[in-house]
Amino acid sequence: MAELTYRSAVAHGIAQEMRRDPNLVMLGEDIATAGGVFKTTVGLLDEFGPSRIRDTPISEQAILGAAMGAAMTGVPVIAEIMFSDFIAVCFDLLANEMAKSRYMTGGQVSVPVVVRTANGGGSRFGAQHSQSVENWVMMIPGLKVVAPSTPVDVVGLMAAAIRDPDPVVFFEHKSLLAVKGEVPDGEVVDELGVARVVREGTDCTIVALALMVPRALEAANKLADQGISAEVIDVRSLVPLDTKTILDSVTKTGRLYTVEENPRLCGWGAEVASIVVDEVFWDLDGPVVRITTPHIPLPAAEALEDMALPSVELIVDTVSKRSG
Amino acid sequence: MNSSQTDQGLYDYAVREPRLPAPENRDNDRLDIPIEQRLEIYETQQLLRQFEKRAYDLFMQNLVKGTSHLSLGMEAVATGFGQAMRFGDYSFATYRGHAHTLARGAEPGPVLAELLGRENGILKGKGGSMHLTSVEHGMMGSYAIIGAHLTIANGAAWSAQMRGSGQVAVCFFGDGTTNIGAFHEALNLAVVWALPVVFVCENNLYMEYTPIDLITAVANPAADRAGAYGLESIIVDGNDADAVYQVAKTVVERARHGGGPALVEAQTYREQGHSRADPAKYRPPAEVEAWKARDPIPMYHERLLRLGVPEGDLSSIQQDVARRVDEATEFAKGGREPGAEHLMTDVWADGGSAWRN
Repeated sequence: MAELTYRSAVAHGIAQEMRRDPNLVMLGEDIATAGGVFKTTVGLLDEFGPSRIRDTPISEQAILGAAMGAAMTGVPVIAEIMFSDFIAVCFDLLANEMAKSRYMTGGQVSVPVVVRTANGGGSRFGAQHSQSVENWVMMIPGLKVVAPSTPVDVVGLMAAAIRDPDPVVFFEHKSLLAVKGEVPDGEVVDELGVARVVREGTDCTIVALALMVPRALEAANKLADQGISAEVIDVRSLVPLDTKTILDSVTKTGRLYTVEENPRLCGWGAEVASIVVDEVFWDLDGPVVRITTPHIPLPAAEALEDMALPSVELIVDTVSKRSG
Repeated sequence: MNSSQTDQGLYDYAVREPRLPAPENRDNDRLDIPIEQRLEIYETQQLLRQFEKRAYDLFMQNLVKGTSHLSLGMEAVATGFGQAMRFGDYSFATYRGHAHTLARGAEPGPVLAELLGRENGILKGKGGSMHLTSVEHGMMGSYAIIGAHLTIANGAAWSAQMRGSGQVAVCFFGDGTTNIGAFHEALNLAVVWALPVVFVCENNLYMEYTPIDLITAVANPAADRAGAYGLESIIVDGNDADAVYQVAKTVVERARHGGGPALVEAQTYREQGHSRADPAKYRPPAEVEAWKARDPIPMYHERLLRLGVPEGDLSSIQQDVARRVDEATEFAKGGREPGAEHLMTDVWADGGSAWRN
């Protein structure tokens, strides 16, 4: 058992898989010599060499196109898009090419690509380098979507994403990079599509993703002081979505809160809420409530960004008012 | 907008100079291409031509739904490159991909069945005319959003380079593609990584309905950009299959042996509109007539006669191809409409489409 940061877990997970599969390669901007602008790929160039760890120009379409073309001809690829906001400049490759090729070709084409990208706010980078965009890709049929909240999940879900034969978008949260956690020795392999109950409770269910998971846990501790027993679920994987774990929990607690960092409209929690209302409505003791970033671009100033992102206090206040 | 307004302005052929084809180069009769191979080139061009005409007829009978983009008049490009490529090489095409799919050896029956949306189509009816793919023939797909497939072709070439397989990726696109960002991203990366990829611009003079020269900074949309990426500027007569083959063989073999990428501009002409919806009235009649006089197939026919091939041999090839296209038509029409069992399959590698438990 070793204690790793979320940041070092990224390289740890990639290295584990590159040792296992000598065909696996990675490309992206500043990932090789520089070790990544977030230092998430440090050491990989030294171990695996420049033919497997490739620096690219600032050409996001060329990056994802190269990844797709290599993957569909027998070479699995990890592609890094430096900031998840930049997905917008190569969205065609994700949304129309990787996602649709298997279906459009009657199953002839397979695209084993993992697109890693730094997601989310809290770094005071302003609106074009901070947004949580998991909902941008969750809505595309043909893409799998993962967003780990702990170092061990980074390693295990990275392995699962790389071993998955379908395109997976892997969101690494910028504000979690310094978080430390235990990672078992030896090979760590997790499974896509499995949510985790990270805190058991009986009065309400709080479903969260990535940076919102530790905030939901801290909120649950404070709610316990008020006599509210909150169950917290880390969704981990948006596609496939483990609705069973969520539905089982809501059936037990009777109340659902989603905590989403994405802007309000069409956030992942809207889909979760819809499923819960549709399928376990008669088990609910109150309305389903979504706690999200407001529907605004993220501001740069520390004070404003902190107001925008769902905070522990906002979660506590919302749950205690609505569940109390 | 009434029709007299739509005929005004930039697209008014009365004020546009027709862009005429280069004269035929009869020296190409003497290119070192064996007669057996030239007969194959003739047969492939016949197949592409007769297939496209049949596809057109089937639109008119309302058997082909949606849209379709024909390569009538442009067959020499797909044929010449198809001849120069080896089994295992990769082709990438645009939505105008019927010819490129057939030129790699895909059977016309399943291709036509795909256009008809039948279960026996090459994509089981799930892709249609604009996404023809036959991985077993190295035809890695037809991509219908301009630009992306140049970057994807790079990836296939990168994979071949890493595997040391000696495969080459050839990527076909139109003149309009040279004005989108992905074109430039793809060329830069291909050169920087010395990828075994050949980019082939089929310059048919029109970006959909708009003359390419009115919207492009340079006269030759691909060739004039080659220098920006340190590549040789290559223009070839896209209506002469032998000329195309000669250039194709050179650049494909150079790429195969580590010589890096190439960008070829094949100058040709779309004998019809952009898609089935387009009557192509924006083209000066003199231009259309001049290019029809340079139709690649009668031109090639004449060349073979000059080289001593009996007319009877050529007409028997034409008839064989006609029979194949008739059989393909029967195959396609005989296919059933895809059933509901296909709707939810092949989103994921497990064959299904489930996104939740």
